[in-house]
Amino acid sequence: MRKVYINKAECFSSIGLGQSQNWKAIQQQQSGIRKIDQLGCMTDFYAGQIADAWLVEQVEALGREKVSFTRFERLLISTLTPIVSRETITAKTAFVVSTTKGNIAALAEGKVEESDINQAAQRVADFFGLTTQPIVVCNACVSGILAIAVAKRLIQMEQFDEAYVVAGDELTPFVVSGFASFQAMSEEPCKPFDANRKGVTLGEAAAAVYLSTTAVEGESFEIIGEASIADANHISGPSRTGEGLFLSIQQALNEAQVTADQIDCICAHGTATAYNDEMEAIAFDRLGLAHKPIHSQKGYFGHTLGAAGLLEVVMLMQSMRHNELIVSKGFEQLGVSRTVNITTAKESQPLQIALKTASGFGGSNTALILSKK
Amino acid sequence: MKEETFYITDYCTIKAGKLVVNGEVIFTAQAEESADLALFLKRIYKEKTMEYPKFFKMDMLSKLAFIGAEMVLKSAAMEQPSYDTALFLSNSTSSLDTDLKHSASIADPEAFYPSPAVFVYTLANICLAEISIRHRLQGENAFFMAPTYDTAMMHNYATYALQTKRAATVVCGWVDYLNGAYELVLYRVEKHGQVPHTIENIKHLF
Repeated sequence: MRKVYINKAECFSSIGLGQSQNWKAIQQQQSGIRKIDQLGCMTDFYAGQIADAWLVEQVEALGREKVSFTRFERLLISTLTPIVSRETITAKTAFVVSTTKGNIAALAEGKVEESDINQAAQRVADFFGLTTQPIVVCNACVSGILAIAVAKRLIQMEQFDEAYVVAGDELTPFVVSGFASFQAMSEEPCKPFDANRKGVTLGEAAAAVYLSTTAVEGESFEIIGEASIADANHISGPSRTGEGLFLSIQQALNEAQVTADQIDCICAHGTATAYNDEMEAIAFDRLGLAHKPIHSQKGYFGHTLGAAGLLEVVMLMQSMRHNELIVSKGFEQLGVSRTVNITTAKESQPLQIALKTASGFGGSNTALILSKK
Repeated sequence: MKEETFYITDYCTIKAGKLVVNGEVIFTAQAEESADLALFLKRIYKEKTMEYPKFFKMDMLSKLAFIGAEMVLKSAAMEQPSYDTALFLSNSTSSLDTDLKHSASIADPEAFYPSPAVFVYTLANICLAEISIRHRLQGENAFFMAPTYDTAMMHNYATYALQTKRAATVVCGWVDYLNGAYELVLYRVEKHGQVPHTIENIKHLF
Protein backbone atom coordinates (compact mmCIF):
# COMPACT_ATOMS: atom_id res chain seq x y z
CA MET A 1 0.00 0.00 0.00
CA ARG A 2 1.19 3.50 -0.72
CA LYS A 3 2.77 5.66 1.96
CA VAL A 4 0.90 8.64 3.35
CA TYR A 5 2.53 11.74 4.82
CA ILE A 6 1.46 14.71 6.89
CA ASN A 7 2.81 17.68 4.98
CA LYS A 8 1.27 20.81 6.43
CA ALA A 9 -0.23 21.61 9.82
CA GLU A 10 -1.92 24.44 11.66
CA CYS A 11 -3.69 24.97 14.98
CA PHE A 12 -5.76 27.48 16.93
CA SER A 13 -6.05 27.13 20.70
CA SER A 14 -6.54 29.19 23.85
CA ILE A 15 -2.86 30.07 23.47
CA GLY A 16 -3.40 31.62 20.05
CA LEU A 17 -3.46 30.98 16.32
CA GLY A 18 -0.51 29.39 14.56
CA GLN A 19 1.66 26.42 15.31
CA SER A 20 4.76 28.50 16.02
CA GLN A 21 2.95 30.58 18.64
CA ASN A 22 1.56 27.46 20.30
CA TRP A 23 4.94 25.72 20.15
CA LYS A 24 6.69 28.74 21.68
CA ALA A 25 4.21 28.75 24.57
CA ILE A 26 4.78 25.05 25.18
CA GLN A 27 8.55 25.56 25.17
CA GLN A 28 8.07 28.21 27.86
CA GLN A 29 5.53 26.01 29.65
CA GLN A 30 2.84 28.66 29.33
CA SER A 31 -0.73 27.45 29.47
CA GLY A 32 -3.89 28.80 27.85
CA ILE A 33 -5.98 27.64 30.81
CA ARG A 34 -7.67 30.47 32.72
CA LYS A 35 -10.42 30.85 35.27
CA ILE A 36 -13.79 31.35 33.55
CA ASP A 37 -16.24 33.45 35.58
CA GLN A 38 -19.35 32.39 33.73
CA LEU A 39 -20.44 30.28 30.78
CA GLY A 40 -24.21 29.73 30.63
CA CYS A 41 -25.21 28.32 33.99
CA MET A 42 -21.66 27.27 34.77
CA THR A 43 -19.59 29.58 36.98
CA ASP A 44 -16.03 29.70 38.31
CA PHE A 45 -14.20 26.91 36.56
CA TYR A 46 -10.89 26.56 34.74
CA ALA A 47 -10.81 26.07 30.98
CA GLY A 48 -8.81 26.80 27.86
CA GLN A 49 -11.00 29.31 26.04
CA ILE A 50 -10.33 31.14 22.77
CA ALA A 51 -10.95 34.88 22.97
CA ASP A 52 -13.85 35.91 20.73
CA ALA A 53 -11.86 38.95 19.60
CA TRP A 54 -9.21 36.67 18.04
CA LEU A 55 -11.83 34.86 16.03
CA VAL A 56 -13.40 38.07 14.77
CA GLU A 57 -9.95 39.33 13.78
CA GLN A 58 -9.24 36.16 11.81
CA VAL A 59 -12.47 36.21 9.88
CA GLU A 60 -12.16 39.92 9.10
CA ALA A 61 -8.70 39.23 7.73
CA LEU A 62 -10.27 36.77 5.30
CA GLY A 63 -12.37 39.61 3.89
CA ARG A 64 -15.50 37.46 3.95
CA GLU A 65 -17.19 39.03 6.97
CA LYS A 66 -20.49 39.26 5.13
CA VAL A 67 -20.90 35.52 4.97
CA SER A 68 -22.39 34.39 8.23
CA PHE A 69 -20.56 31.53 9.83
CA THR A 70 -21.04 30.23 13.35
CA ARG A 71 -18.25 30.57 15.87
CA PHE A 72 -17.41 26.86 15.42
CA GLU A 73 -17.23 27.23 11.63
CA ARG A 74 -15.05 30.33 11.96
CA LEU A 75 -12.71 28.33 14.16
CA LEU A 76 -12.34 25.66 11.47
CA ILE A 77 -12.00 28.19 8.63
CA SER A 78 -9.35 30.27 10.44
CA THR A 79 -7.30 27.15 11.09
CA LEU A 80 -7.60 25.70 7.59
CA THR A 81 -6.94 28.94 5.69
CA PRO A 82 -3.12 28.93 5.97
CA ILE A 83 -2.82 25.34 4.67
CA VAL A 84 -5.51 25.00 2.00
CA SER A 85 -4.31 25.44 -1.53
CA ARG A 86 -7.52 26.26 -3.41
CA GLU A 87 -5.91 26.02 -6.85
CA THR A 88 -4.98 22.36 -6.54
CA ILE A 89 -8.26 20.96 -5.16
CA THR A 90 -9.61 18.10 -7.29
CA ALA A 91 -12.21 15.32 -7.11
CA LYS A 92 -9.50 13.25 -5.41
CA THR A 93 -9.09 15.72 -2.53
CA ALA A 94 -10.73 14.44 0.65
CA PHE A 95 -12.12 16.69 3.35
CA VAL A 96 -12.27 14.99 6.74
CA VAL A 97 -13.83 16.77 9.72
CA SER A 98 -13.45 15.63 13.31
CA THR A 99 -15.75 16.95 16.01
CA THR A 100 -17.73 15.60 18.92
CA LYS A 101 -20.34 18.34 19.16
CA GLY A 102 -19.83 20.80 16.26
CA ASN A 103 -22.43 23.57 16.37
CA ILE A 104 -24.06 22.28 19.57
CA ALA A 105 -24.07 25.87 20.93
CA ALA A 106 -26.99 26.53 18.55
CA LEU A 107 -29.31 24.32 20.65
CA ALA A 108 -29.21 26.78 23.55
CA GLU A 109 -30.64 29.39 21.17
CA GLY A 110 -33.33 27.04 19.95
CA LYS A 111 -31.71 26.77 16.51
CA VAL A 112 -31.93 23.00 16.15
CA GLU A 113 -31.24 22.93 12.41
CA GLU A 114 -28.09 24.99 12.78
CA SER A 115 -26.66 22.33 15.11
CA ASP A 116 -26.42 19.88 12.19
CA ILE A 117 -22.75 18.87 11.92
CA ASN A 118 -23.10 17.83 8.27
CA GLN A 119 -24.29 21.30 7.30
CA ALA A 120 -21.39 22.90 9.15
CA ALA A 121 -18.91 20.62 7.37
CA GLN A 122 -20.50 21.44 4.02
CA ARG A 123 -20.39 25.20 4.65
CA VAL A 124 -16.67 24.98 5.44
CA ALA A 125 -16.07 22.77 2.39
CA ASP A 126 -17.91 25.29 0.18
CA PHE A 127 -15.88 28.16 1.60
CA PHE A 128 -12.67 26.53 0.34
CA GLY A 129 -14.16 25.09 -2.85
CA LEU A 130 -13.68 21.50 -1.70
CA THR A 131 -15.88 19.42 -3.96
CA THR A 132 -16.01 15.94 -2.43
CA GLN A 133 -18.59 14.86 0.16
CA PRO A 134 -17.16 15.85 3.59
CA ILE A 135 -16.33 12.84 5.77
CA VAL A 136 -17.29 13.56 9.36
CA VAL A 137 -15.70 11.49 12.12
CA CYS A 138 -17.72 11.63 15.33
CA ASN A 139 -16.15 9.12 17.69
CA ALA A 140 -15.82 10.89 21.06
CA CYS A 141 -12.38 12.00 22.21
CA VAL A 142 -10.40 9.83 19.79
CA SER A 143 -11.98 11.61 16.78
CA GLY A 144 -9.02 13.93 16.14
CA ILE A 145 -6.46 11.20 15.52
CA LEU A 146 -8.99 8.75 14.13
CA ALA A 147 -9.70 11.38 11.43
CA ILE A 148 -6.01 11.24 10.39
CA ALA A 149 -6.21 7.44 10.26
CA VAL A 150 -9.42 7.56 8.20
CA ALA A 151 -7.86 9.95 5.68
CA LYS A 152 -4.75 7.79 5.48
CA ARG A 153 -6.77 4.61 4.83
CA LEU A 154 -8.92 6.21 2.13
CA ILE A 155 -5.79 7.54 0.40
CA GLN A 156 -4.29 4.03 0.61
CA MET A 157 -7.51 2.64 -0.92
CA GLU A 158 -6.96 5.21 -3.71
CA GLN A 159 -10.38 6.79 -3.25
CA PHE A 160 -8.41 10.00 -2.70
CA ASP A 161 -4.88 11.24 -3.44
CA GLU A 162 -4.71 13.89 -0.74
CA ALA A 163 -6.75 15.08 2.24
CA TYR A 164 -7.41 18.11 4.37
CA VAL A 165 -8.21 16.97 7.88
CA VAL A 166 -9.65 19.48 10.32
CA ALA A 167 -10.69 18.94 13.92
CA GLY A 168 -12.54 21.32 16.20
CA ASP A 169 -14.72 21.61 19.25
CA GLU A 170 -16.04 24.54 21.25
CA LEU A 171 -16.23 25.10 24.98
CA THR A 172 -19.97 25.19 25.64
CA PRO A 173 -22.29 25.04 28.67
CA PHE A 174 -23.60 21.83 27.06
CA VAL A 175 -20.27 20.03 27.46
CA VAL A 176 -19.12 21.72 30.67
CA SER A 177 -22.38 20.86 32.47
CA GLY A 178 -22.15 17.27 31.26
CA PHE A 179 -18.61 16.74 32.53
CA ALA A 180 -19.58 18.48 35.77
CA SER A 181 -22.53 16.07 36.17
CA PHE A 182 -20.01 13.21 35.96
CA GLN A 183 -18.01 15.00 38.69
CA ALA A 184 -15.10 14.71 36.30
CA MET A 185 -14.04 18.40 36.41
CA SER A 186 -10.96 19.54 38.29
CA GLU A 187 -11.29 22.59 40.54
CA GLU A 188 -7.81 23.68 39.51
CA PRO A 189 -5.94 23.43 36.18
CA CYS A 190 -5.59 19.72 35.41
CA LYS A 191 -2.58 17.68 36.53
CA PRO A 192 -2.21 14.65 34.23
CA PHE A 193 -0.60 11.56 35.83
CA ASP A 194 -0.04 13.47 39.08
CA ALA A 195 -0.78 12.08 42.53
CA ASN A 196 -3.07 15.04 43.22
CA ARG A 197 -4.95 15.02 39.94
CA LYS A 198 -8.60 15.89 40.41
CA GLY A 199 -10.04 15.52 36.95
CA VAL A 200 -10.43 17.20 33.60
CA THR A 201 -9.96 20.81 32.57
CA LEU A 202 -11.91 21.41 29.38
CA GLY A 203 -10.80 23.51 26.46
CA GLU A 204 -11.59 24.49 22.89
CA ALA A 205 -9.42 24.42 19.79
CA ALA A 206 -9.11 23.58 16.15
CA ALA A 207 -6.27 21.94 14.28
CA ALA A 208 -5.71 20.95 10.68
CA VAL A 209 -3.29 18.87 8.65
CA TYR A 210 -2.74 18.20 4.95
CA LEU A 211 -2.02 14.61 3.89
CA SER A 212 -0.58 13.44 0.59
CA THR A 213 1.54 10.69 -0.91
CA THR A 214 4.62 12.82 -1.54
CA ALA A 215 7.29 13.26 1.08
CA VAL A 216 9.43 16.35 1.48
CA GLU A 217 12.72 15.65 3.22
CA GLY A 218 13.01 17.60 6.45
CA GLU A 219 9.32 18.55 6.41
CA SER A 220 7.05 15.50 6.16
CA PHE A 221 5.94 12.99 8.75
CA GLU A 222 4.99 9.52 7.54
CA ILE A 223 1.98 7.86 9.18
CA ILE A 224 3.57 4.47 9.66
CA GLY A 225 0.96 2.82 11.85
CA GLU A 226 -2.49 3.37 13.34
CA ALA A 227 -5.38 1.47 14.87
CA SER A 228 -8.64 2.20 16.72
CA ILE A 229 -9.78 -0.69 18.88
CA ALA A 230 -12.60 -0.72 21.41
CA ASP A 231 -12.44 -1.80 25.06
CA ALA A 232 -15.87 -3.50 24.95
CA ASN A 233 -15.97 -2.89 28.68
CA HIS A 234 -18.01 0.14 29.76
CA ILE A 235 -19.77 3.03 27.99
CA SER A 236 -18.30 5.83 30.13
CA GLY A 237 -15.27 4.38 31.93
CA PRO A 238 -12.04 2.97 30.50
CA SER A 239 -11.02 -0.67 30.80
CA ARG A 240 -9.12 -1.31 34.05
CA THR A 241 -6.48 -3.27 32.13
CA GLY A 242 -6.19 -0.79 29.26
CA GLU A 243 -7.20 -3.57 26.90
CA GLY A 244 -8.39 -1.51 23.93
CA LEU A 245 -5.47 0.91 24.14
CA PHE A 246 -3.03 -2.02 24.48
CA LEU A 247 -4.50 -3.67 21.37
CA SER A 248 -4.54 -0.38 19.43
CA ILE A 249 -0.87 0.35 20.13
CA GLN A 250 0.08 -3.27 19.41
CA GLN A 251 -1.71 -3.18 16.05
CA ALA A 252 -0.18 0.21 15.17
CA LEU A 253 3.33 -1.11 15.98
CA ASN A 254 2.58 -4.16 13.88
CA GLU A 255 1.57 -2.08 10.87
CA ALA A 256 4.57 0.23 11.34
CA GLN A 257 6.90 -2.76 11.57
CA VAL A 258 8.68 -1.19 14.52
CA THR A 259 9.21 -2.53 18.03
CA ALA A 260 8.25 -0.74 21.24
CA ASP A 261 11.98 -0.08 21.70
CA GLN A 262 12.08 2.08 18.59
CA ILE A 263 9.48 4.54 19.91
CA ASP A 264 11.32 7.72 20.96
CA CYS A 265 8.51 9.45 22.84
CA ILE A 266 4.79 9.21 23.61
CA CYS A 267 2.16 11.91 23.53
CA ALA A 268 -0.48 10.35 25.77
CA HIS A 269 -4.14 11.30 26.18
CA GLY A 270 -3.63 12.16 29.87
CA THR A 271 -6.96 13.74 30.80
CA ALA A 272 -6.07 13.80 34.52
CA THR A 273 -9.07 11.76 35.61
CA ALA A 274 -8.18 9.04 38.11
CA TYR A 275 -9.23 6.17 35.84
CA ASN A 276 -7.97 7.39 32.48
CA ASP A 277 -4.39 8.09 33.50
CA GLU A 278 -4.18 4.84 35.47
CA MET A 279 -5.50 2.89 32.49
CA GLU A 280 -2.94 4.49 30.15
CA ALA A 281 -0.07 3.77 32.56
CA ILE A 282 -1.11 0.10 32.64
CA ALA A 283 -1.37 -0.14 28.85
CA PHE A 284 2.06 1.51 28.31
CA ASP A 285 3.61 -0.72 30.97
CA ARG A 286 2.15 -3.89 29.44
CA LEU A 287 3.74 -2.92 26.12
CA GLY A 288 7.17 -2.19 27.60
CA LEU A 289 6.75 1.53 26.88
CA ALA A 290 6.58 2.89 30.44
CA HIS A 291 10.22 4.03 30.45
CA LYS A 292 9.82 6.09 27.27
CA PRO A 293 9.46 9.90 27.67
CA ILE A 294 5.69 10.41 28.07
CA HIS A 295 3.73 13.66 28.21
CA SER A 296 0.18 14.94 28.16
CA GLN A 297 -0.67 18.32 26.60
CA LYS A 298 -3.91 18.77 28.55
CA GLY A 299 -2.12 21.11 30.99
CA TYR A 300 -1.55 23.58 28.12
CA PHE A 301 -4.88 23.50 26.28
CA GLY A 302 -7.27 21.59 28.53
CA HIS A 303 -9.14 18.68 27.01
CA THR A 304 -10.28 19.98 23.63
CA LEU A 305 -12.41 16.87 22.89
CA GLY A 306 -12.70 16.19 19.15
CA ALA A 307 -9.83 18.61 18.46
CA ALA A 308 -7.51 17.17 21.11
CA GLY A 309 -5.87 14.36 19.16
CA LEU A 310 -5.13 16.45 16.10
CA LEU A 311 -3.99 19.53 18.04
CA GLU A 312 -1.63 17.39 20.11
CA VAL A 313 -0.26 15.69 16.97
CA VAL A 314 0.50 19.15 15.52
CA MET A 315 2.50 20.03 18.63
CA LEU A 316 4.10 16.57 18.73
CA MET A 317 5.40 17.15 15.18
CA GLN A 318 6.94 20.45 16.34
CA SER A 319 8.58 18.59 19.20
CA MET A 320 9.99 15.97 16.80
CA ARG A 321 11.17 18.62 14.35
CA HIS A 322 13.01 20.47 17.13
CA ASN A 323 14.19 17.23 18.80
CA GLU A 324 12.90 18.65 22.05
CA LEU A 325 10.66 16.84 24.53
CA ILE A 326 7.42 18.44 25.69
CA VAL A 327 7.19 18.99 29.45
CA SER A 328 4.01 17.45 30.83
CA LYS A 329 2.54 20.54 32.47
CA GLY A 330 0.85 20.08 35.83
CA PHE A 331 2.77 16.94 36.73
CA GLU A 332 4.72 16.91 39.98
CA GLN A 333 4.53 13.54 41.68
CA LEU A 334 3.72 10.18 40.13
CA GLY A 335 0.12 9.24 40.81
CA VAL A 336 -0.41 6.03 38.83
CA SER A 337 0.39 2.45 39.82
CA ARG A 338 3.07 1.89 37.15
CA THR A 339 6.37 3.73 36.98
CA VAL A 340 5.81 5.79 33.86
CA ASN A 341 8.48 8.25 32.74
CA ILE A 342 6.59 11.55 32.64
CA THR A 343 8.66 14.37 31.13
CA THR A 344 9.29 17.08 33.75
CA ALA A 345 12.11 19.09 32.18
CA LYS A 346 12.87 20.47 28.75
CA GLU A 347 15.35 18.12 27.16
CA SER A 348 16.87 17.79 23.71
CA GLN A 349 17.20 14.34 22.20
CA PRO A 350 16.72 12.73 18.79
CA LEU A 351 13.00 12.17 18.17
CA GLN A 352 12.57 10.09 15.04
CA ILE A 353 9.52 7.95 15.79
CA ALA A 354 6.68 8.99 18.11
CA LEU A 355 3.45 7.45 19.35
CA LYS A 356 0.25 9.45 19.88
CA THR A 357 -2.69 7.90 21.69
CA ALA A 358 -6.20 8.90 22.69
CA SER A 359 -9.03 7.23 24.56
CA GLY A 360 -12.60 8.32 25.03
CA PHE A 361 -16.18 7.67 26.04
CA GLY A 362 -17.54 4.46 24.64
CA GLY A 363 -14.26 2.71 25.44
CA SER A 364 -12.76 4.06 22.22
CA ASN A 365 -8.99 4.12 21.73
CA THR A 366 -6.73 5.22 18.89
CA ALA A 367 -2.97 4.89 18.44
CA LEU A 368 -0.98 6.64 15.72
CA ILE A 369 2.74 6.30 15.00
CA LEU A 370 4.64 8.99 13.09
CA SER A 371 8.10 8.84 11.57
CA LYS A 372 9.99 12.00 10.69
CA LYS A 373 11.34 12.38 7.15
CA MET B 1 -4.39 -1.30 -5.89
CA LYS B 2 -5.84 -4.74 -6.60
CA GLU B 3 -8.95 -5.22 -4.52
CA GLU B 4 -10.01 -8.58 -3.19
CA THR B 5 -13.71 -9.42 -3.38
CA PHE B 6 -15.63 -9.71 -0.12
CA TYR B 7 -19.26 -10.63 0.42
CA ILE B 8 -22.33 -9.28 2.18
CA THR B 9 -23.44 -12.26 4.25
CA ASP B 10 -26.35 -11.06 6.40
CA TYR B 11 -28.29 -7.86 6.64
CA CYS B 12 -31.04 -6.34 8.74
CA THR B 13 -33.22 -3.29 8.25
CA ILE B 14 -35.58 -1.64 10.69
CA LYS B 15 -37.72 1.01 9.04
CA ALA B 16 -41.36 1.95 8.57
CA GLY B 17 -42.54 -0.47 11.27
CA LYS B 18 -40.78 -3.54 9.87
CA LEU B 19 -37.78 -5.52 10.99
CA VAL B 20 -36.40 -7.39 8.01
CA VAL B 21 -33.54 -9.91 8.07
CA ASN B 22 -32.05 -11.07 4.76
CA GLY B 23 -35.16 -9.91 2.94
CA GLU B 24 -37.61 -11.68 5.24
CA VAL B 25 -40.01 -9.69 7.45
CA ILE B 26 -39.45 -10.95 11.01
CA PHE B 27 -41.44 -8.38 12.99
CA THR B 28 -44.13 -5.89 12.01
CA ALA B 29 -45.13 -3.05 14.31
CA GLN B 30 -48.65 -3.51 15.64
CA ALA B 31 -51.18 -0.85 16.68
CA GLU B 32 -49.46 1.78 18.85
CA GLU B 33 -46.01 0.31 18.07
CA SER B 34 -46.25 1.94 14.63
CA ALA B 35 -45.98 5.37 16.23
CA ASP B 36 -43.68 4.38 19.08
CA LEU B 37 -40.41 2.69 18.23
CA ALA B 38 -39.66 2.11 21.92
CA LEU B 39 -42.66 -0.23 22.20
CA PHE B 40 -41.78 -2.02 18.98
CA LEU B 41 -38.16 -2.62 20.05
CA LYS B 42 -39.27 -3.71 23.52
CA ARG B 43 -41.50 -6.41 22.04
CA ILE B 44 -38.68 -7.65 19.80
CA TYR B 45 -36.38 -7.72 22.82
CA LYS B 46 -38.94 -9.77 24.81
CA GLU B 47 -39.92 -12.18 22.06
CA LYS B 48 -36.28 -12.87 21.27
CA THR B 49 -35.61 -13.35 25.03
CA MET B 50 -32.47 -11.31 24.91
CA GLU B 51 -32.16 -11.05 28.70
CA TYR B 52 -29.89 -8.03 28.83
CA PRO B 53 -31.19 -5.51 31.40
CA LYS B 54 -28.75 -2.80 30.22
CA PHE B 55 -31.04 -2.51 27.18
CA PHE B 56 -33.53 -0.53 29.26
CA LYS B 57 -30.93 2.10 30.22
CA MET B 58 -30.01 2.87 26.63
CA ASP B 59 -31.20 5.86 24.66
CA MET B 60 -33.27 5.23 21.53
CA LEU B 61 -30.29 5.36 19.14
CA SER B 62 -28.47 2.66 21.11
CA LYS B 63 -31.63 0.53 21.50
CA LEU B 64 -32.14 0.63 17.75
CA ALA B 65 -28.50 -0.24 17.02
CA PHE B 66 -28.53 -2.95 19.68
CA ILE B 67 -31.59 -4.76 18.26
CA GLY B 68 -30.20 -4.52 14.73
CA ALA B 69 -26.87 -5.96 15.86
CA GLU B 70 -28.64 -8.88 17.57
CA MET B 71 -29.98 -9.83 14.14
CA VAL B 72 -26.69 -9.72 12.23
CA LEU B 73 -24.33 -10.95 14.95
CA LYS B 74 -25.66 -14.40 15.63
CA SER B 75 -23.56 -15.59 18.54
CA ALA B 76 -24.57 -13.13 21.24
CA ALA B 77 -22.87 -13.03 24.65
CA MET B 78 -19.67 -14.77 23.66
CA GLU B 79 -17.51 -16.16 26.42
CA GLN B 80 -14.25 -15.05 24.83
CA PRO B 81 -13.70 -11.60 23.35
CA SER B 82 -13.66 -11.47 19.58
CA TYR B 83 -10.72 -9.55 18.14
CA ASP B 84 -11.61 -9.78 14.48
CA THR B 85 -15.04 -8.18 14.17
CA ALA B 86 -15.02 -4.48 13.23
CA LEU B 87 -17.95 -2.07 13.61
CA PHE B 88 -18.28 0.94 11.31
CA LEU B 89 -21.56 2.84 11.63
CA SER B 90 -22.87 6.18 10.51
CA ASN B 91 -25.91 8.43 10.61
CA SER B 92 -27.07 11.93 9.82
CA THR B 93 -28.35 13.33 13.12
CA SER B 94 -25.55 12.13 15.42
CA SER B 95 -26.99 11.97 18.95
CA LEU B 96 -29.32 14.95 18.48
CA ASP B 97 -32.32 13.19 20.05
CA THR B 98 -30.44 12.86 23.35
CA ASP B 99 -28.63 16.20 22.87
CA LEU B 100 -32.03 17.90 23.01
CA LYS B 101 -32.80 16.17 26.32
CA HIS B 102 -29.48 17.20 27.87
CA SER B 103 -29.91 20.71 26.52
CA ALA B 104 -33.39 20.98 28.09
CA SER B 105 -31.95 19.88 31.44
CA ILE B 106 -29.52 22.83 31.54
CA ALA B 107 -31.65 25.56 29.94
CA ASP B 108 -33.08 26.99 33.14
CA PRO B 109 -30.79 27.90 36.07
CA GLU B 110 -33.77 27.36 38.40
CA ALA B 111 -34.31 23.84 37.05
CA PHE B 112 -30.76 22.74 36.37
CA TYR B 113 -30.49 18.96 36.41
CA PRO B 114 -27.88 17.59 33.98
CA SER B 115 -27.62 13.83 34.37
CA PRO B 116 -24.57 11.69 33.59
CA ALA B 117 -26.91 8.87 32.49
CA VAL B 118 -28.24 11.18 29.75
CA PHE B 119 -25.00 13.05 28.98
CA VAL B 120 -23.07 9.88 28.11
CA TYR B 121 -25.49 9.27 25.23
CA THR B 122 -24.76 12.71 23.72
CA LEU B 123 -22.09 10.90 21.69
CA ALA B 124 -23.32 8.84 18.75
CA ASN B 125 -20.46 6.35 19.08
CA ILE B 126 -21.89 5.10 22.39
CA CYS B 127 -24.13 2.82 20.33
CA LEU B 128 -20.95 1.16 19.01
CA ALA B 129 -19.85 0.63 22.59
CA GLU B 130 -23.18 -0.93 23.55
CA ILE B 131 -22.89 -3.45 20.72
CA SER B 132 -19.19 -4.10 21.46
CA ILE B 133 -19.90 -4.75 25.15
CA ARG B 134 -22.84 -7.06 24.41
CA HIS B 135 -20.93 -9.15 21.86
CA ARG B 136 -17.47 -8.70 23.42
CA LEU B 137 -16.06 -7.19 20.26
CA GLN B 138 -12.56 -5.85 20.86
CA GLY B 139 -12.13 -4.84 17.27
CA GLU B 140 -11.86 -1.75 15.07
CA ASN B 141 -14.55 0.87 15.76
CA ALA B 142 -15.51 4.08 14.00
CA PHE B 143 -18.58 6.30 13.80
CA PHE B 144 -19.17 8.67 10.88
CA MET B 145 -21.76 11.25 9.96
CA ALA B 146 -23.15 12.08 6.53
CA PRO B 147 -26.44 13.51 5.21
CA THR B 148 -27.11 10.12 3.57
CA TYR B 149 -25.12 6.87 3.66
CA ASP B 150 -21.73 7.51 2.06
CA THR B 151 -21.64 4.20 0.22
CA ALA B 152 -18.32 4.68 -1.56
CA MET B 153 -16.47 5.73 1.59
CA MET B 154 -17.98 3.00 3.77
CA HIS B 155 -17.25 0.43 1.07
CA ASN B 156 -13.60 1.47 1.00
CA TYR B 157 -13.28 1.68 4.76
CA ALA B 158 -14.71 -1.83 5.24
CA THR B 159 -12.62 -3.26 2.40
CA TYR B 160 -9.48 -1.73 3.93
CA ALA B 161 -10.15 -3.43 7.28
CA LEU B 162 -10.74 -6.82 5.64
CA GLN B 163 -7.93 -6.58 3.14
CA THR B 164 -5.33 -5.58 5.76
CA LYS B 165 -6.62 -8.42 7.99
CA ARG B 166 -7.51 -6.03 10.77
CA ALA B 167 -10.88 -7.79 10.76
CA ALA B 168 -12.38 -10.99 9.37
CA THR B 169 -15.92 -9.66 9.76
CA VAL B 170 -17.06 -6.06 9.36
CA VAL B 171 -20.48 -4.90 10.49
CA CYS B 172 -21.34 -1.73 8.60
CA GLY B 173 -24.37 0.41 8.33
CA TRP B 174 -26.65 3.26 9.19
CA VAL B 175 -28.49 3.91 12.45
CA ASP B 176 -30.47 7.10 12.85
CA TYR B 177 -33.06 8.20 15.39
CA LEU B 178 -34.61 11.63 16.01
CA ASN B 179 -37.97 12.52 17.55
CA GLY B 180 -39.61 9.21 16.68
CA ALA B 181 -38.22 9.02 13.14
CA TYR B 182 -35.82 6.13 12.62
CA GLU B 183 -33.91 4.06 10.11
CA LEU B 184 -31.50 1.19 10.55
CA VAL B 185 -29.59 -0.74 7.91
CA LEU B 186 -26.86 -3.12 9.13
CA TYR B 187 -24.92 -5.60 7.04
CA ARG B 188 -22.10 -8.02 7.64
CA VAL B 189 -19.17 -8.27 5.25
CA GLU B 190 -16.90 -11.31 5.14
CA LYS B 191 -14.50 -13.29 2.96
CA HIS B 192 -17.03 -15.89 1.83
CA GLY B 193 -20.62 -15.48 0.72
CA GLN B 194 -23.01 -15.11 -2.18
CA VAL B 195 -23.57 -11.36 -2.62
CA PRO B 196 -20.41 -9.43 -3.60
CA HIS B 197 -19.65 -6.41 -1.40
CA THR B 198 -19.99 -3.80 -4.14
CA ILE B 199 -21.29 -0.24 -4.05
CA GLU B 200 -24.30 -1.30 -6.14
CA ASN B 201 -25.18 -4.17 -3.80
CA ILE B 202 -24.86 -1.97 -0.72
CA LYS B 203 -27.25 0.55 -2.32
CA HIS B 204 -29.81 -2.23 -2.78
CA LEU B 205 -29.99 -2.67 1.00
CA PHE B 206 -31.20 0.89 1.54
